[in-house]
Amino acid sequence: MTNETLIPKVGVITDIRKDTPDVKTFRVVGTDGKKLFQHMPGQCAMVSVPGVGECMFSITSSPTNEAYMEFSIKKCGCVTEVLHALEVGAQVTVRGPYGRNFPVEEDFKGKDLLFIAGGIGLAPLRSVINYVRHYRENYGKVVIVYGARSKDDLVDIEEIKTEWMNEPNTEVYLTIDRPQEGWDGNVGFVPAYVKELGLDPNMTAVLCGPPIMIKFTLAGLLELGFDKSRVYTTLELRMKCGVGKCGRCNVGDKFVCKDGPVFRMTELDELPDEY
Amino acid sequence: MLKIAKERLNELYAAIAEAQALVLPLKKAGEVNYGAWAEGVEVSLETLKTVKSPKDMFFPQSENMMKFKTEGKNIEIIDVRGEKTPTVLFGVKACDYKAIEVLDKVFLADPVDTYYQSRREATTIVTLACSKPEESCFCKAFGIDATNPMGDVTTWIDEAYLYWQANTEKGESLTAVVSALLQEGGEAEVAAQQEKTTAILEKLPFSNLDLSRFTPENLNELFNDSAWEEMSEACLGCGTCTFVCPTCQCFDIRDFKTNEGVVRYRCWDSCMYSDFTLMAHGNSRTTQMQRFRQRFMHKLVYYPSQNDGLYSCVGCGRCVNKCPQRLNIVKVIKTLGGKKND
Repeated sequence: MTNETLIPKVGVITDIRKDTPDVKTFRVVGTDGKKLFQHMPGQCAMVSVPGVGECMFSITSSPTNEAYMEFSIKKCGCVTEVLHALEVGAQVTVRGPYGRNFPVEEDFKGKDLLFIAGGIGLAPLRSVINYVRHYRENYGKVVIVYGARSKDDLVDIEEIKTEWMNEPNTEVYLTIDRPQEGWDGNVGFVPAYVKELGLDPNMTAVLCGPPIMIKFTLAGLLELGFDKSRVYTTLELRMKCGVGKCGRCNVGDKFVCKDGPVFRMTELDELPDEY
Repeated sequence: MLKIAKERLNELYAAIAEAQALVLPLKKAGEVNYGAWAEGVEVSLETLKTVKSPKDMFFPQSENMMKFKTEGKNIEIIDVRGEKTPTVLFGVKACDYKAIEVLDKVFLADPVDTYYQSRREATTIVTLACSKPEESCFCKAFGIDATNPMGDVTTWIDEAYLYWQANTEKGESLTAVVSALLQEGGEAEVAAQQEKTTAILEKLPFSNLDLSRFTPENLNELFNDSAWEEMSEACLGCGTCTFVCPTCQCFDIRDFKTNEGVVRYRCWDSCMYSDFTLMAHGNSRTTQMQRFRQRFMHKLVYYPSQNDGLYSCVGCGRCVNKCPQRLNIVKVIKTLGGKKND
């Protein structure tokens, strides 16, 4: 019989990193020890614990990582609760990759890039940031603005501090919502911080975070003179199949699973406000 | 064209069923639905609208997709897809046949859904022209000719005969199986019936609905129309319309724990249900108005916009007959479809 996209592959969890009180990053390979499949930054995969359920997650590792895939997952529902209770060596099922990736080889090439993330919103951006770092000479200046509720909620802070902050021609700005002992960085919400930073509006921007953050950050960027056609985001809706058939993530004439999850802001303007 | 006397139809069914499965409208427990033929069943070809459409021949209401066996930390995935029995689906009306075309564009689009595809390929479809359309029928509004459905074989029925015309290779093969029972003739009778039925279709109350406003350009204007509130007010969110609809394709995928491991199955779902879009961190449709609007916008605007203008409604009228609140797509079309509906 022909290949069926809805039938997953078995994946083995080879490492679990506790990033924040409610976010863990899972490293996954196939049962043969090799990477399960290739993907592009911004694409997603369906991860499942049989008997519990299947959920769509963005692949947070860069495609340039040839050894394994990583998923940064926040504990917030039935499936993620069980995933968080798993130990290294446990098996899960994975299928994908699904969806349209960030245009890293097309629109992003040669551009100055601005990445803005809030909380777990860093997960899909980490893939594209590390992809850009891998092919550093193909891209211009990189500015990263990342915020979370507290310093303990910044996902992947080790990699940000030891690698991203030392990357040439790269600026990293961190912020947390409220003052906290041991934090000498910026305090305040992402949208306000973005405006304060007085960013160059000619950059191509990528946003990911809670809907409220995206809304106000986008407004801020437009005030600074950014062009909507060069601002990208990635959407999240309930999905079951991942291939535009089960009907769940339908918004207007698009399916977020296959026509997205990456959208240009100008594309979102054409969709009904229901995401 | 070929024909067979009506009183010999049982011989025809028996001859088909000898070589493959035969599924056709059967009267059982007071309602007519598609079911497998066997000696002694009550076939009801003259029933215009089976309660459920034949869509679950290809897209069953519930179907097992795979099994998982877990041992310690190890997971084994078992593919439960098997070869499908060659089947003849008999007596499909023009609207329901068109609905299969609508479903094909979803399930056979890349990446192909092999669960659907294997059933579709194993099935020969014999359609049956309508001769007594009802007031709730409005296939004509969607450009469907109920007197001349397509399919592998097209049939017509009158008081005396069933007329038979093969359209495809699959249809020719089936004709060969039953050719001993068929005789030449029937062109004049079929033409006369078609003329008569066309005249009835012309006069049906919903045959000339104006759909002109349902275009991709009007997507946002229609979405934001204030009429949705009033139109959806009485909606119970029961989902009956989606279950009887021959084109509704939304499904859920779920796991079920059994003594022999986990079974992953899919089943029909409904965009009319409040948890259809529910995620751990929120719900993108929190009111029944939004869910009601989604169903009709998908059929009349979103789907056509993705499929070269093909509507995802075939005018079968099942929702008109079945909605406990007397809501239906006709009311939506009359309210939003265009000026000629006034």
